Amino acid sequence: MQYETVIGLEVHVQMDTQSKAFCGCSTLFGQPANTQTCPVCLGLPGVLPVLNEKFLQYAIKVALALNCKVSNYLKFDRKHYYYPDLPKNYQISQYDMPLAEHGYLEIETENSTAKKIRVLRAHMEEDAGKLIHTSQSSLVDYNRTGMCLLEIVTEPDISSAHEAYDYLTRLKSILEYLEVSDCDMEKGSLRCDANISLRPVGETKLGVKTELKNMNSFKGVRDALEYEVIRQEKALNAGELIVQETRLWDENKQKTFTMRTKEEAHDYRYFPEPDLPPFTIEDKTIETVRKELPELPAVKKERLVSEYKITEYDANVISADKYIALYFEEAAKEYKSPKTIANWLMGDIMNYIHNNQLESKKLAEILPVKYLIEMLELIDNNTISGKIAKKILPDMFTSGNTATQIITEKNLVQISDTSQIETIVDEVIQEHASVAEDFRNGTDKALMFLVGQVMKKTRGKANPQIVNDILRKKLGTT
Amino acid sequence: MDIVNKTAIELLELLEKGEITSWEIASAYLKRIESSDAKINAFVHLDPEQVLKKIKTLPEGKLKGLPIAIKDNLCVKNQLTTCASKILNGFRPPYDATVIEKLEQAGALVLGKVNMDEFAFGSSCETSCYGPTHNPWNTECAPGGSSGGSAASVAAQFTPWALGSDTGGSIRQPASLCGVVGLKPTYGRVSRYGLIAFASSLDQIGPLTHDVRDAALLLNIIAGYDKKDSTSVNIETPDYLANLNENIKGLKIGLPKEYFDVDSNPEVKQSIQQVIEILKSLGAQFKEISLPHTEYAVATYYIIAPSEASSNLARFDGVQYGLRTDNKLDKESPLIDMYLKTRGEGFGPEAKRRVILGTYALSSGYYDAYYLKALKVRTKISQDFKDAFKNVDCIITPTSPTGAFKLGERINDPLAMYLSDIFTISANLAGIPALSIPCGLTAEKLPIGLQVLGKSFDEQTLFNVAYAYQQNTDWHKKKAEI
Repeated sequence: MQYETVIGLEVHVQMDTQSKAFCGCSTLFGQPANTQTCPVCLGLPGVLPVLNEKFLQYAIKVALALNCKVSNYLKFDRKHYYYPDLPKNYQISQYDMPLAEHGYLEIETENSTAKKIRVLRAHMEEDAGKLIHTSQSSLVDYNRTGMCLLEIVTEPDISSAHEAYDYLTRLKSILEYLEVSDCDMEKGSLRCDANISLRPVGETKLGVKTELKNMNSFKGVRDALEYEVIRQEKALNAGELIVQETRLWDENKQKTFTMRTKEEAHDYRYFPEPDLPPFTIEDKTIETVRKELPELPAVKKERLVSEYKITEYDANVISADKYIALYFEEAAKEYKSPKTIANWLMGDIMNYIHNNQLESKKLAEILPVKYLIEMLELIDNNTISGKIAKKILPDMFTSGNTATQIITEKNLVQISDTSQIETIVDEVIQEHASVAEDFRNGTDKALMFLVGQVMKKTRGKANPQIVNDILRKKLGTT
Repeated sequence: MDIVNKTAIELLELLEKGEITSWEIASAYLKRIESSDAKINAFVHLDPEQVLKKIKTLPEGKLKGLPIAIKDNLCVKNQLTTCASKILNGFRPPYDATVIEKLEQAGALVLGKVNMDEFAFGSSCETSCYGPTHNPWNTECAPGGSSGGSAASVAAQFTPWALGSDTGGSIRQPASLCGVVGLKPTYGRVSRYGLIAFASSLDQIGPLTHDVRDAALLLNIIAGYDKKDSTSVNIETPDYLANLNENIKGLKIGLPKEYFDVDSNPEVKQSIQQVIEILKSLGAQFKEISLPHTEYAVATYYIIAPSEASSNLARFDGVQYGLRTDNKLDKESPLIDMYLKTRGEGFGPEAKRRVILGTYALSSGYYDAYYLKALKVRTKISQDFKDAFKNVDCIITPTSPTGAFKLGERINDPLAMYLSDIFTISANLAGIPALSIPCGLTAEKLPIGLQVLGKSFDEQTLFNVAYAYQQNTDWHKKKAEI
């Protein structure tokens, strides 16, 4: 039977505020255990929460960027469950009146068509701490307790692992544009759980879903979903029933496993948080935030196409990363061919960044825009070949020197002096007389070999066009 | 000089004139506590040596080192703060409640922590893990509760004044039963930061004093917006003491018929009648009013308060502070077992009863029928008062239907105990201020209290009515003999 996949994602984004959601504690990551705490986030008896206004501002930004309707009424609720990383044994969250609802994010499907993924809701809550298990005991680190979280829940509109991956990539891109989160899944500042079910094509009723947890990267989410599609498909084809359960993704085994066989019946006993009186978010507050929104990836992409005449594909790749996009625009303003910049950025530069695990944010620092432009101009005026440029680019990254400095130092300036090249060409013709003869007899390929030999002798510095011309002249084919 | 029978303001005047030192005052109270608290059991955490040492370190302030007793649910930095519960055994908060900060900045001397019903759950001070406090007027009687230790310590002249907290009458009812003045301020008037929460939407901290002037002064010190408490209200705090005005000519006072229909003790009814006569003679006008939803107040309260309490008490789990069970834990699920045993051992029967009540009321499937319904009735009760205050400036009622009852008399009958608060609960549900002042004695020489209810943030009118009354009577000057 043919099945269709139905996926909904729940993403927890840690907002990159300076202080925690309901107290003044610092949100610095990687500090010694329990040093970023105070009586309030430790939930000591007698303390009261006070809302961090930055948190609200950031959350509204995200809600608007996801095309949500922002509520005019801000209300928090308590969600109760017992766990040692939750010092009050309730979490301040939002239940029946989330900050934002009814949004969407446009993604691209496998066959490059646009698709809207509806955002059901986005609500504000506080993070829990972390348990550290040793063989003897379990310890609690409360540094993360009380950090600002925004939970973004989609409708079950996602139809494949690819779409889920694309949704996450675009969500991350938006969050980075907004400068509200560092979106680092490994640090836990972005966490994603996925609900997935299958149903026969044409069926409108949802199938039984499983909830997938413990994915530590976007790739992990994609892999887990791909695995789960196959697992569920096999089960359904074998006439088995899918059990509604939580399954954990095992990165090493590339499989999902049942986390709990019997689903614990959770009753969170939500009720309105009496320590935080609800208040009105005025329309003008929302509009002020809206006005301050930066240009978002989708809009930027369109503008790059129309303003710099680069392809949709290029614009899509470049606009996905805020810092690459910034870099591109800065360079494109100073250099005649935006397409060339796009090619370099999407090719060697992004490869280098990726392979060396650099942050794109740092690009402009490591390779100043004017250095890149200088290098491109050296190619344009035949000082170096494109090949040499590719070769020296890593040096530019590591040494921080300009292309001119590097080629001078390494004696890589292109040889365009015809007399010098003629001498070498003569040598090569002499050394490979039979190949030269082949060319004269019409074997075009032979020319490429001879050009290669000249380049070898000049360690790639000879201007290939000039070499070509001289060879043809000498072999009497021009 | 007899120090301990004086009001706070009288002592401040003596300090001002240099006729006495703060050390002499503190010593006199400590001596009296030492000699007589065995009979009363008001203080649960007291370190006389430390108290005397502390005097030298206090900042200059208008309270000049005057001592004050603090209910055991208010956090005092590095001092035992246990809510009279085993589960907070040994807990010393690393911070001061805002009211404590304000008191200390004003130069007050925290004398020690006084007894209460466990987590303020009770009306008799009998649910304390330290045993009951005894009523100074008759030690066989309960002092009322939950701020029984605060009321008794003032009545027994162990302190010139005390702080308590009031969730459904916990300041006013013991004030009434111990013959002292007690005020529950408007919700939001005093910061709750550092008050270990019972029911967050109902709790308020307030003064227990010998007379109205002291109450006005103490409210001056503790009131005011606090950015650490989002439910505190950012409006100006008047100088209640300077604004005291005994002229109540033309003041319109409401008499809610629902409160007078209750089967109160005849002596209580009679005392209130006498109050009315006196206030009439001072020019006040009386008017019968109706607060039609009064009969639902106790039921509403016993949904909302335990619901919030069940949530607030969730944090007492043995993980970070307080009691953790010493018993062996189940190997299969040690964490759950640690929770169960710690809470099982740490909470007394009344705390358990309220946690169970609240957990039930908030459970899915019951939430709408109980909690949500209670919120709706609460709005009605609140509206009753708003409507009434369109026609009157304040309302008077008895504080409690009876005088002090015997210890043990109601402890096994929760419903009878809950009904002790029948006159006081509505003010918490509506958030309005309410004051209790002594207005008589029963034949058994037990105090009777008058309750004055006012508009939100109009504590001044309550003080003025009570001040006018105290200027013309001397019930507030009657002292318990211990």
